[in-house]
Amino acid sequence: MNFEPVIGLEVHVQLKTESKMFCRSKNAESDQANVHICEVCTGQPGVLPVINREAIRKTVQVGLALNCEIAEYSKFDRKNYFYPDLPKGYQISQFDMPINGKGQLTITMTMTGEKKTIGITRAHLEEDAGKLIHYDNNDDNDRSGQKSKVKSHGYSLVDYNRAGVPLLEIVSEPEIKSADEAKIYLQQLQNMMRYLGASDADMEKGHLRCDANISLRESGESGFPEYKVEVKNMNSFKAVSNALNYEIQRQAKVLDRGEVLASETRGWVEDKGITVLQRSKEESQDYRYFPEPDLPVLHLTEAWVSEIKRTLPELPAARLERFLREFKLTPADAQTLIGNKDLADYFEQVVSEFDAWVEAEDLKFNIDDRTEYLKLAANWVLGQFLSLLNAKVVGAKESKITPENFAELIKLIAEARVSQLSAKDVLNKMFETGGDPSNILDELGLAQVSDEAVIVAAVKKVIKENPKAVADAKTKGPKAFGFLVGQTMKELKGKGNPQVINELLKDELRKI
Amino acid sequence: MKLNELTIKEASEKLAKKEISSVELTQACIDRVKKVDPKLNAFLFLAEQSAMLAAKEADKQIANNANTFLTGIPYAVKDNILVKGTKTTAASKILENYESTYDATVIKRLSQAAPVMLGKTNLDEFAMGASTENSAFGPTRNPFDLERVAGGSSGGSAAAVAADEAIFALGSDTAGSIRQPASFCGVVGLKPTYGRVSRYGLIAMCSSLDQIGVLTKTVEDTAISFQLLAGQDEFDTTTLPKHVPDYTRSLNLDVRGVKIGIPKEFFIEGLDQEVRNIIQSAIKQFETLGAEIIETSLPNVPYSVAAYYIITPVEISANLSRFDGIRYGLSVAGKSLDEVYFKSRSKGFGAEVKRRIMIGSYASSAGYFDAYYKKAKQIQTLIRDDFTKAFEKVDLLLTPVSPHAAFKIGEKADPLAMYLEDVFTGPLNLAGVPGLSVPAGATESGLPVNLQLVAPHFQEEKLIQAGHAFEQALGLKLKPRLTG
Repeated sequence: MNFEPVIGLEVHVQLKTESKMFCRSKNAESDQANVHICEVCTGQPGVLPVINREAIRKTVQVGLALNCEIAEYSKFDRKNYFYPDLPKGYQISQFDMPINGKGQLTITMTMTGEKKTIGITRAHLEEDAGKLIHYDNNDDNDRSGQKSKVKSHGYSLVDYNRAGVPLLEIVSEPEIKSADEAKIYLQQLQNMMRYLGASDADMEKGHLRCDANISLRESGESGFPEYKVEVKNMNSFKAVSNALNYEIQRQAKVLDRGEVLASETRGWVEDKGITVLQRSKEESQDYRYFPEPDLPVLHLTEAWVSEIKRTLPELPAARLERFLREFKLTPADAQTLIGNKDLADYFEQVVSEFDAWVEAEDLKFNIDDRTEYLKLAANWVLGQFLSLLNAKVVGAKESKITPENFAELIKLIAEARVSQLSAKDVLNKMFETGGDPSNILDELGLAQVSDEAVIVAAVKKVIKENPKAVADAKTKGPKAFGFLVGQTMKELKGKGNPQVINELLKDELRKI
Repeated sequence: MKLNELTIKEASEKLAKKEISSVELTQACIDRVKKVDPKLNAFLFLAEQSAMLAAKEADKQIANNANTFLTGIPYAVKDNILVKGTKTTAASKILENYESTYDATVIKRLSQAAPVMLGKTNLDEFAMGASTENSAFGPTRNPFDLERVAGGSSGGSAAAVAADEAIFALGSDTAGSIRQPASFCGVVGLKPTYGRVSRYGLIAMCSSLDQIGVLTKTVEDTAISFQLLAGQDEFDTTTLPKHVPDYTRSLNLDVRGVKIGIPKEFFIEGLDQEVRNIIQSAIKQFETLGAEIIETSLPNVPYSVAAYYIITPVEISANLSRFDGIRYGLSVAGKSLDEVYFKSRSKGFGAEVKRRIMIGSYASSAGYFDAYYKKAKQIQTLIRDDFTKAFEKVDLLLTPVSPHAAFKIGEKADPLAMYLEDVFTGPLNLAGVPGLSVPAGATESGLPVNLQLVAPHFQEEKLIQAGHAFEQALGLKLKPRLTG
């Protein structure tokens, strides 16, 4: 039978704020456990939460960017359950009056460039829980070197640094049709968070976490299946993609056998590449939501929301349009650049350098030349530079190469003062040391020879030493001409400007 | 007169004139506690050393004339309010060894005036009760009759002030927990408007109703001590940025022309005849003082107790979840996480606390939430509207505090009977309005009986005005006869 996956994603994003959601503890990571904590986020008796205004602002920003309906009135609720990482025994969350209601995100498929709009159900604000670190029964001693109290069952330690960090839960409609779509939705959501400055949204660091609801229906059907499998524990884009593909196959096999699937929660096991049952939905918990009495109702005034809207930073879609319009980049290059905010920012800084030189008349070029320069710059940013960044797993911001030096290198290439091949070596060296390209060029002796007098001398020498090839070049054509170019280049130790060699060699041959 | 018998006003004048020192005053209170508290059990913890140190510091301030009304005045704190460096137990086994990691906002505010924190007083466990019998550390006895309860849940604070162990005390009131023990012990008790005093550092029972207030010997002392507590707090966003007037100014005002409403729903069949008579003569007293007495009605008040015992347990069931044996407090080891929770909470909580957690968990569970909690919140709105409407016609309301004087220890073993103790006081918490419990007389057997004055939101000054005028006119002097 032919099946169509029905996928909805629940994405949790840690908001980047100075302090936590309801207290003054720092919203920061630490190698040391329990350093960014206070009486509020450890749930001491008598404490009260105070809403972080910046977290509300960032939530509204995300809501606006996702075209959500922003609630005029919103409130917080208590979600009750017991777990050691939850200090109060309830999580302050939002139940029936989320800050952001229905919205949508339009995604662009990487391979085809096809656009698709995914509905957003809601995006609400809550507080993160702490982290449990489990020690199994083989591990006799805890970190303080003391004997574990419940040795036979192992034990766990809890770190509350993360407890109370503002967490935005973005719920999509079940409109995602493949693992690939899910991955792209997630990547573009991540990019959006970075453009807004709302979150670093690093999946590996847990800033962005994703649970998926997935079921299968017969192709062509439009109703929803009676079951829903929730998949958890996917800690990378690849894991999301692999887990969903695994689930699609697993569920299809069961359905093909004519069996029914139950609603359940499954966990992705990365090293085995499978999902395993965590709990069935029949055992599902009643969270006994009720309005948080310690916090007032939020009134998001139209004026405040408008102000946020007015000051919203440029978002990926608008930036793509601008890159195409202003920089005349190819759609593929532009798409790749804006998909990596850091790199796109870097590219824009390089462009600014060019424009500054033109302004200062250090560089003279017309509009077409600029397009050529920018195309060249885009090639180098997306080519060797990106490879170097990826190899080191760093962002463009952390690179030692200043945009000014990068622009300088592009200028040297464009002016043929360095060959494409040598430029790679120069870039590598710049990446390593952060040095100036001209200096490196000199150091490595890679400067390209474009001096006509030098080249003419070499050409003349080659003509003199290769009479047969000269004769062939005049009668037989390109192949012999190529040989003479090669010889001249050899004479110039590979640093000759090929274009100039071509022209001068032609001139000299004509003279004979 | 013994120093510990002084009011805030009297003591502070003597301190200012250097007739007495805070060290002497504090010592007198400590001596009194040591003498009578073995009988009363008003204190759970006496901070003798730190109190004496604080008294010395206060004397230095007084020597430099840097003192205010409360400087060097010994006071007691209900043990559900956190004072850094002291144990805060909420009279529960689960917090028996919990040391406060910070100061409640009210403690910080009082500290500006450098009063002397004497110790922590007894209460019903987590303030759940109306007799202080639910304390894990034994009941507090009424100074007027040791066979009787001091009321609750701020029974320890009320008894401490009545027995002259402390000059004043802090309490908390969720349905009458300041006003009812004040009545049983014959002291003045103020429950402020919800949102007037910060709850930061008060161990929450019912967050939407809890409010910290004072128990004092006179209304004048109420004005003085309440002054520092009132006002917005950045750590409690349910406090409002309302102007805080100078409450002592209201002490100079009489009640001529003040319209006082008598809501008929408070004069029900179950009201004890002696109490009824005392309240009636109090009403006459107000008439004599020139107040205008108007019969009013608060038609939805009879549903208060029912609504209260839904809203409160729902909030309790969440508020007490943090006592789980994981981070602090009593922890009993178990074979699994669930067992740790189960054993710690079973052993740590008393019967009434468990009862309310169960009622609250039930009333807030899926399928029941709308039928119980939502309905109760609707009733709360109706009650609030009743008060608003009544205050369109009158300035204040006057009612009994409790249907009777202090009852005997063990007399109300039925939890429902105990819940009905809140019948006259609970409606104010549901409406959020302030109330003052003022001594109005005594029964033939010598048990104190207070009346309750009710004002619109954020108009505590009216309570102080009327309460003081009444107190001055009545000239009642009730003192328990306690021997060491």
